[in-house]
Amino acid sequence: MSAEMKLEDFKPACESNATKNGLLSKFNMDEILNCMHCGFCLPACPTYRQTGLESYSPRGRIALMKGVAKEQLPIDAEFEKNMFACLGCRACETACPAGVPYGSLIETAREVVVENEKQTNPKHVFVKNLVFKQLFPHPKRMKLLGTALWAAQASGLQSLAAKTGLMRILPREMAEMQQAVDQIASPRERKSRQTRMNPEGNKAYTVGMFTGCIMDVMFYETNQATAKLLSKAGCEIYFVEEQACCGALHAHSGEMPGAVELAKRNIEAFEKANVDYIVNNAGGCGAALKEYHHWFHDDPEWMERALRFVSKVRDANELLAELPPLTFNKPLNARITYQDSCHLAHGQGVRNQPRSLLRSIPGVEFVELKNADSCCGSAGIYNLTNFDMSMDILDDKMEHVKNTKAHYIVTSNPGCLLQMKQGIHRAGLDGQMEAVHIMDLLSRAL
Amino acid sequence: MYILENIQSEVKKETLITPELKQQFISIVGEKWYLDSPNELYAYSYDATPIFQSMPDAVIIPQTTQEVAEILKLANEHLIPIVPRGSGTNLAASTIPVHGGIVLNMNRFNQIYEIDQQNLTATIGPGVVTADLHGAVEAVGLFYPPDPGSMRISTVGGNMAQCAGGMRGLKYGVTKDYIMGLEYVLPTGEIMRCGGKNVKDVAGYDMTRLLVGSEGTLAVVTEITLKLVPLPETKRTLVAYYANLVDAAKTVEKIIANKIVPATMEFLDQGTMKVVDDFAKLNLPLDMKSMLLIEQDGPEDVVVRDIEKIAEIAKQEGAVEVKVADTLEEGAKLLAARRAALSALSRLRPTTILEDATVPRSRLAEIVQEVERIAEKYQVDICTFGHAGDGNLHPTCMTDERNQEEIHRVEQAFAEIFEAALRLGGTITGEHGVGAAKMNYLHLKVGEGGIELMKRIKEAFDPNNIMNPGKMFPSSTRRRLVVKK
Ligand SMILES: Cc1cc2nc3c(=O)[nH]c(=O)nc-3n(C[C@H](O)[C@H](O)[C@H](O)COP(=O)(O)OP(=O)(O)OC[C@H]3O[C@@H](n4cnc5c(N)ncnc54)[C@H](O)[C@@H]3O)c2cc1C
Ligand code: SF4
Ligand code: SF4
Repeated sequence: MSAEMKLEDFKPACESNATKNGLLSKFNMDEILNCMHCGFCLPACPTYRQTGLESYSPRGRIALMKGVAKEQLPIDAEFEKNMFACLGCRACETACPAGVPYGSLIETAREVVVENEKQTNPKHVFVKNLVFKQLFPHPKRMKLLGTALWAAQASGLQSLAAKTGLMRILPREMAEMQQAVDQIASPRERKSRQTRMNPEGNKAYTVGMFTGCIMDVMFYETNQATAKLLSKAGCEIYFVEEQACCGALHAHSGEMPGAVELAKRNIEAFEKANVDYIVNNAGGCGAALKEYHHWFHDDPEWMERALRFVSKVRDANELLAELPPLTFNKPLNARITYQDSCHLAHGQGVRNQPRSLLRSIPGVEFVELKNADSCCGSAGIYNLTNFDMSMDILDDKMEHVKNTKAHYIVTSNPGCLLQMKQGIHRAGLDGQMEAVHIMDLLSRAL
Repeated sequence: MYILENIQSEVKKETLITPELKQQFISIVGEKWYLDSPNELYAYSYDATPIFQSMPDAVIIPQTTQEVAEILKLANEHLIPIVPRGSGTNLAASTIPVHGGIVLNMNRFNQIYEIDQQNLTATIGPGVVTADLHGAVEAVGLFYPPDPGSMRISTVGGNMAQCAGGMRGLKYGVTKDYIMGLEYVLPTGEIMRCGGKNVKDVAGYDMTRLLVGSEGTLAVVTEITLKLVPLPETKRTLVAYYANLVDAAKTVEKIIANKIVPATMEFLDQGTMKVVDDFAKLNLPLDMKSMLLIEQDGPEDVVVRDIEKIAEIAKQEGAVEVKVADTLEEGAKLLAARRAALSALSRLRPTTILEDATVPRSRLAEIVQEVERIAEKYQVDICTFGHAGDGNLHPTCMTDERNQEEIHRVEQAFAEIFEAALRLGGTITGEHGVGAAKMNYLHLKVGEGGIELMKRIKEAFDPNNIMNPGKMFPSSTRRRLVVKK
C-alpha cells in the first residue's frame, strides 16, 4: 500500500476552493519544512503537557498545517479547533533548536481558517467577530465598555452588566473573570489625564506611551504608574492621542486585515508624535508592536514605516533597566515571585530585566518560580475561548506559585495579571497573596 | 534508506477497522482514548525520521497492562497491525504505521512505581520520560546513565525498544546495560515477565536482552525494571578546539589509549558548531574546524586528575585552544547545546537526514576523513557530529526533500558511507535502529542467514505478523514503504 495514496483519501471535497482563492499559498512551506519533527518543543508546550496528545503539541500543529498546505487535510472544524486550542504562548519557539517561527506559522494558519470561513460561509458571524470589529478598533467604544464595567462595579449591581448588553458580547467566562478585576478608574479620572508628563532631572529621552486598549480601560492606574516611573528615571512622557489597539488579538485570531488596519493607525499616530521610544507595559501588545514589519510583507512603503516604528518599541522593563537605577524610599518587606509573560519572555526575550528591577526594591526577598516562563493559560482571550483547558493549566501553575510562599506574584501583562488574580482565588490564597503588575509594585516602593 | 522510486502499490481504501471492531476497542479503553479523526490520525503518521509518513487507522492510548492485553488479542484475531509508540522521536521510521493499523501510544504508562535503594533498581512504566526518570533517581543520590539527546522528550520504553545510546555511552554503556527486567504482552494477549531485580539470573534464554532493541516488533512492553548506580560525586567539562577534523579524532583515540575513560566525548564539526552557537549563544570560536566536548565524572580528585591529563593530550594532538568549564552550569549548558545539534542543523535546509554509522574507536579518524571525501564526491552538504568516544558519528545531510535529483545524490553518498563504515569493521547503525529506514541495509551487517533466523524468532512471538510490520526486515510480501514526494 502507499502512504501517499492513503493520505489522499483524506483530500477534502472543497480543496479546489481553497487553492483557487490562493489561501493555501499563504503558508510558508520552507518554514513548515524546517520543522524536523524532533519534538524538542513537546515538553515546553502547556497544552501537550495537559493532554499528552500529539495534535495538541507544537510538532503536531505544524504537521497539521503541513497537511492542510499540501491538501492532504481539509480546512474544517477540527482543524479550526486544533489551531485555536493553541495558547500562542510561543514557548515552543524558545525551545526549538531549528528556529521554526511558530508564532507566525500559527497566525497564518488561523488567518487561513478565518478567511476560508468568510469565503465559504459569509453569513456566519462569530461572537468574537463582533468583539473584534465593534470594540477593539475603537478606543471610544473601549472606553464605553470601561464605563459600563465601572458602573457595574461601582453600583455593585452585577445584573447591570447583563442589562447593558455586555453579556451578549462577552462570553460567560469573561463575566466570571470580572470578579478578578480591580476597581476600575472612574470615567472622569480617565478623562482628566494629562497628555504630557515632565521628566525629573535631566531629560534622557522622549517617550510615547503605548497605552493599550484593554490595559488603559482596566488598568489605567498601571499606565499612570509606568509613566511616573519613567519620568522619575528622566523621560518626558507623552500619551499619544489617536493610537489604537495593537492588533495582537486580531492577529492571533486570524483577523489579519483588521490587525493591519490597526497597525497603520498606530504607526501614523507615533510618527506624528516624533518620540525616541514607544513604550508599553503589556508583554502581549509589545510583542505584536515589535513584529509589525511581519505584517507588511507585500507593501514596501508601509514595511519601511513599520520597521522604523518597530525599532523604537520597548517594553517598560527594558527601558527602565537601561536608565539610571531608580531610588526607592519605601522598603517592601515581602517575599515576591515573578511569572513571565509569554510574549515578553518568548516573544521579546525580556527575562532578566524585570527580575533585576524587582530585586532592586529594598527589603525584597525574590524567589524564582518553578517553570516561570510556562504560560499561565490566560493567553489573550484563550481563557474565554478555551475556558476548561485554561483553568487546568492555571491550576497546575498555582501549585508552583503556592510553593514559593510569596506575598506577591508579579506579572508584566494585563492578561496574566487577571489570570493570576483568578488563580489566587481558585487556589484559596485570597488574603495571603496578591497578584500585581510589576509597574504598580515598583511605583508603590518609590 | 530512502526508497524514492515509485512503487506499484496495493491501495487499501477502506479502513481496517470495522464499526463493530471500533466499538469493541472503545469498550476496552473508553471513547476518550480511541482517536480516529483525520487530524488525529495525521498527527500520528510521522515520527522524527525525515520524509517517511503513513496514516494509521486508529490511535489507541491505553493505561493498564490488562487493556493492552485485550487490545492485542482483538487486533491479533483481526490481523490489524499494532505500532507501539512512545514519544515518536526515533530516527529510523520505527513508529511509522507503514501498513496502517493501530498506533498504540504508551505515554499514559508514565508512573515511577518504585525506586529500590537497597537493590539499586527502579521499576517504572514504559511511558516515563527519560529526563523525568533522571530527576527522580538523582533526587535520592542514584543515577540512570543512558541519556539520548532526546532525553527530555523520549520515553524509557522507546529507549528500551530502540536500545538508545547517548552521550555517556563511553563510560557507562547504553540502554541495554541497564534493563534488568520487563513485563510484556504478546499478540495473543498473554502477559509475560522476564528478568527482574536479580543481578544474576541465567534461567533460560535471556528474553530481556532479546526484547531490548526489538523496535516493537515482538511484544508490547508494559513495565520496566532498571539498574541504577550511585550518582557520581562531581563532574567537570572541557572543550578543545581544532583547526582540522583529524586532530580531534586522534585526540579521542589517544585519550582512550592512555587508559582514561571519560563519561562523554562528543565531536562537533564547524558547520554543527555554527548552528548550535546560533541557537544556544555560546560564543564558540567559529573559525575553528572542529571541537571536542569532554566530560569526566567521579570523585573530585580523580576528575581533576583526568581532566588535566586530557587537556594535556588534547594540546599534544594539536588542539588550538583547550578550555575547562568554570561551573557545573556552564558544563551543563554546553552539553544541552550539543543535544540540540541535530535539530539545530535543520535550520539550514528544509530536510535534514542524519546517519548513524559507527566504527571501532580506533578507526574514528579514518571514518571522519571518509565522510569528508564522500560529501565532496557527491557534492552534498554534510555536517558531522556525534559520540566520538563510541566511534558513533552522525553525518547529517542538509537537503530538500522536494529536489529529487539532490536526494538521489544524498542516497548515494550515504550508501558509500555505510560501505566505508563496514569496511572499517563498523556497523550501519550504532544507536538509532533499523526500523523502516535501514531495513534494506540490514543484510550487509547480519547476512541473509542472520535475517532468516531473526524472522523465525519474530514468528515465534508474533505468528500473524501484527507487531510493527514492515520494520527491521522487509516483510515476505515485499511490500515496501513508499516515500513519494
Ligand atoms: C534530537 C534527537 C536526538 C536524539 N539523540 C539520540 C541519541 O543520542 N541516542 C540515541 O540512541 N537516540 C537518539 N535519538 C533517537 C530517539 O530519541 C531514540 O530512539 C528514543 O529511544 C526514542 O524514544 P521514543 O519514546 O520517542 O520512542 P518512539 O520513537 O515512540 O518509539 C521507538 C520504538 O520503540 C517502540 N516502542 C515504544 N514504546 C514501546 C513499548 N512500550 N513496547 C514495545 N515497543 C515500544 C516503537 O514501536 C518504536 O519501534 C534522538 C532523536 C532526536 C529527535
Ligand atoms: S522543536 Fe522545532 S523542529 Fe523540533 S518538532 Fe518542535 S518545532 Fe519542529
Ligand atoms: S504556542 Fe504555546 S500552546 Fe501553542 S504550540 Fe507553542 S507551546 Fe504549545
